[in-house]
Amino acid sequence: MSRPAARAVSGQPSRKGVLGRFADFLDDRTGYRAVVHEALYERVPGGARWRYVWGSTLVFAFMTQVITGLFLWANYSPSAQTAWESVYFIQYEMAGGWLLRGIHHFMAQAMVVLLALHLLQVVIDGAYKAPREVNFWLGLVLMMLVLGMALTGYLLPWDQKGYWATIVATNLAGIVPFVGPSLQQLVIGGPEYGHHTLTRFFALHAGFLPATLVLFLVVHLAVFRKHGLHAKQPITKPDAMFWPDQVLKDAVAMLAVMAVILGVILMPALRAMLAGEVVHAAHLGAELGAPADPSLPYAAARPEWYFLFLFQFLKVFEGWGATGEFFGAIVVPGLIMTALALMPIVGSWRLGHRFNVAFTLAILAGIGLLTALALNEDYSALWVNRASLAEAEKLHDQTGGDAAKLVAALGGDRTKAAAIERQWKTLEKVRRSQAYLDAVKLAEADAARAVELAGRPERIPPAGMLELVRRDPLSQGPRLFAQHCGSCHAHVDPLAPDAEAVIAKSSAANLHGFGSAAWMRGLLDADQVAGPAYFGNTAHKEGDMVSFVRDDLTDEATWPKTDIDAVVAAMAAEAGRPVPQEIAGLVEKGRELVAASDRCGGCHAFRGNGTDLGAAPDLTGWGGRDWLVGIIVDPTHERFYGDRNDRMPRFGKAAEGALPPLSRKQIELIADWLRGEWYRPAKH
Amino acid sequence: MARPHGNDPAALTGHGAANHRAAGGESRRDLLAKVLAVACGGLATLPPVAAGLWAFLDPLRRTRGAASFLSVADLAAIPDDGMPRQFPVIADRVDAWTGFAAEPVGAVYLSREKGSREVRALSATCPHAGCFIDLEKATQCFRCPCHNSSFTLEGGIVNPSPSPRAMDELECRVGANGQVEVKWQKFRAGVAEKVVQG
Repeated sequence: MSRPAARAVSGQPSRKGVLGRFADFLDDRTGYRAVVHEALYERVPGGARWRYVWGSTLVFAFMTQVITGLFLWANYSPSAQTAWESVYFIQYEMAGGWLLRGIHHFMAQAMVVLLALHLLQVVIDGAYKAPREVNFWLGLVLMMLVLGMALTGYLLPWDQKGYWATIVATNLAGIVPFVGPSLQQLVIGGPEYGHHTLTRFFALHAGFLPATLVLFLVVHLAVFRKHGLHAKQPITKPDAMFWPDQVLKDAVAMLAVMAVILGVILMPALRAMLAGEVVHAAHLGAELGAPADPSLPYAAARPEWYFLFLFQFLKVFEGWGATGEFFGAIVVPGLIMTALALMPIVGSWRLGHRFNVAFTLAILAGIGLLTALALNEDYSALWVNRASLAEAEKLHDQTGGDAAKLVAALGGDRTKAAAIERQWKTLEKVRRSQAYLDAVKLAEADAARAVELAGRPERIPPAGMLELVRRDPLSQGPRLFAQHCGSCHAHVDPLAPDAEAVIAKSSAANLHGFGSAAWMRGLLDADQVAGPAYFGNTAHKEGDMVSFVRDDLTDEATWPKTDIDAVVAAMAAEAGRPVPQEIAGLVEKGRELVAASDRCGGCHAFRGNGTDLGAAPDLTGWGGRDWLVGIIVDPTHERFYGDRNDRMPRFGKAAEGALPPLSRKQIELIADWLRGEWYRPAKH
Repeated sequence: MARPHGNDPAALTGHGAANHRAAGGESRRDLLAKVLAVACGGLATLPPVAAGLWAFLDPLRRTRGAASFLSVADLAAIPDDGMPRQFPVIADRVDAWTGFAAEPVGAVYLSREKGSREVRALSATCPHAGCFIDLEKATQCFRCPCHNSSFTLEGGIVNPSPSPRAMDELECRVGANGQVEVKWQKFRAGVAEKVVQG
C-alpha cells in the first residue's frame, strides 16, 4: 500500500489544518493510515449484502461482552460467600447495575443465536469450501469457546439455577472415559463445589476462554481477509467496498441486535408499568435466583434454553444408565461436531454440498424439535385442559393406576378402559408439568424472599446470604412443616377455597393461625371443636375438652357470650397475637376465667392458679414462642399432653446418643413461622 | 495490490455499473452511508459503555454517613498519668452488602491528666498518609512506622516531619456512667488543614 493512495482516501484538502498536520505527523511515525485503510477497504464482490452481516454482529456481540464483562468484573466477587451477594448488589443496589448485567446476560444468549445464523449462512453459501477450510475449522473452535463461556458464566451468580445446572454439566464431564473424574475435579477445584469452583469458573470465563477466543478471532479474521469475502453466487451487482457500504449494513444489524437486547431487558418493566405496578429492579434485566443451597431440592433445575435440547436429548437415553448418558452427552454431540468439521472435505464430493446443507438444517431442526419437546413437557399443564381429564383422574385415584381394577371399575368396558389409560398418560405428563411449574413458582418466591432479606438494614451476615435464608422462618417454616408436621396437621386458611378438602384429609388440628383469636374462637365453638380442624380426627375427639365445649360452654347461664369473648381475648394476648379491638378490654377478665377452678382452671394450669400439671396442657404462655417450641420438643411433657399425648412425636428428644428428629433451631423456625414472626421490610 | 480482490477503492471506478452515476451523487451517497454507519455503530455501542460507566461511577454516590459518638472505654480504664493508651473502636460496619455487628473498625489513643475527668482522644490514623501510628514507650512519643512522622504525647507535630499537621484529635465526652465516648471521624490525609472525610 503506497502512502499517496492512502492520503487520497483520507480526503484532506491540500491546505491542512492543525488536525490534518497532526494526522500526517502520526501517520509518518506509526503508519496508521495504511492499517485503517487495510481494515476498511476490502472489496465486496457483488456489493454489500445483508446476508454478510452475521460475522460482524458476532464480533460486535463479543465486544459488548468484553466491555460489560470488564465493568461487571469491577464489582463481582467470586467466592461461595460473596458471589450471590455481589451479584445481588450489582443488580439491586448499584446505579445502572441492572442494565449492565442485563446487557451481558442477554447478549450472551443473542451470541448463541448469532452463531447459529453465521454457521447457517456459511454452510448454505458454501463458504466453508476450499480454500477456506481452515477458517471454517477456526470458526468451529470459536463456537466451542463461546459455548464454553456461556456454560461457565451461568454458574457465576451462584444461585440455585446456575449451581444445579453446573452440577449436572460437570457430572456429565465426569463420565468421559479415563480422564473424566480428574477433569471434573480439576474444573470444580476439588472434590466439592465451593470457593474454588467459582474462582476457577471465573478464571475460565473471564480469562482463559476469552483470551483464547481473541487469539482465534484474530486468526479467523486474518484468514478471512486473506481469502476475501466468499460471495454468494450469482453476482449480479457491481463490487463495492467494505467501507462504507457493508459497514453500514453491519452497523444497522448491530443496532438491531442491541435494540432487541434492550427490548428484552425493559419488557418486564414495561409490562409492570402497563399493569399499574411499581417497577423495581426485579423487573429489570437478568434474573437472580435464590442463593445456591446444596441441601435444598431444586425441582426447577433446567439448563439455559440453548442447552435445553441436550437436556431433552439425554432423556432419550433414560434407562440406559451411565452408558446412555455417555452416549447422549458425549458420543452424539462429538459425532455431530466431527461431521461439522468434515464438511469442507465432504463438500468437495459430488452432492457433498447438498448433503452438508441438508445435514445442518436437519441438526438445527432436531435442536428445534428437542427444544420444543422439552418446553412442551415442562409447560403442558398451561394449555392442557385438566377438566377434560377429571374422570380419568378420579378413576386413577380410585384404582391406584391399576389397569385390571380400571376394567373392573368400568364394568368390563375394555374400549373405555383403553381410552382412560391413554388419558392417564396425558394426566401423568400434566402432573409432572404442574410439579415443574410449581417448582418454578417456589423458586421465584425464594428468590424474591432472598432479595427482600438481603435488603434488611442489618445487611447480609459475613457468613453469606445462605445463612440468612436458612434462618428465615418464612422460607424454611413451610418446608419443615410439610416434612415433619404436614402428614398429620393441616395448615390452611379456613377461608381458602380448597380448605375444607385439605382439612378433611388431615388427622390433627389445622394450625393455620394457631394462637390467634379466630383460632381460639373455633376451638370454643361446639360445632367445630370435634370437627377435623380441631380434635375431630384425633384421640381427643371424645375427650374432656370436647365434652366441655359442647356441654358447658353452650350453657349461656354459666358461660355468657362475653365470658367466651373474654377467654378468647385472654388467650390471644397470651399467645402475643393481636386482640380484636371489640374484645380488647376483656383480657383481664378472661385471665381470671381461665385461671378459675370452676372454669378452665379446673383442668388447665394457668399462671400459678394452683392446678396441677398433667391433666390438660398448661395455658401459661399458650401459643407463644416458648410454649410452641416446648410442645414440639416434647408433647408428652406434663406441661402439655403428658401420657394422654395422641400420636405426636417428641421432635426435640431422642434416646441417649441419638439425634432428635429436629434440631432446636429447626423447631424454633417452625414455631416462628406458625406465629407469623419473620422479617418484613418497612413499607415506604 | 495484485490480489484478485484488491482493496484499492480506485479499482472500483473502472467497474461497469458504477460509472454511469454522477461522481457527485456517488460521493454524497457515500458520505451519507459513512455518517449513517458511524451513527448506527456508535448508537449500538453506546448502551454497554454507558451502562458500564454508570455502574462504575456508583461508588461516588456512596457516603460514609454522619459521624456518631461511640463508647470506647470506661474512664477508670484510662490511668490518669498523662500517658496515652490504645483502645479499639467498636462499631457496626457495612461493607457493600455485608453487615458486621460490633466490630473493631479502628483505634484511638486516650489519655488524661492526674485526677482529671477530661480525656484527650487522638486518632491512631496518621494525618500524612493514613498509616497506623505507634506509641513508642522508649522515646515517649508517637511514631508512624511508614514515613517516621513523629508526634508528642499530646499529638503535637515534632519537626522535621513528613506529616503536614498534628495528630487528629477527636471530640470526646465522658458520660455520667463513666463511659468515654468518642466522635468517630476520619480526616483527609496529606493536607495541612483537618478536613472531615465525607
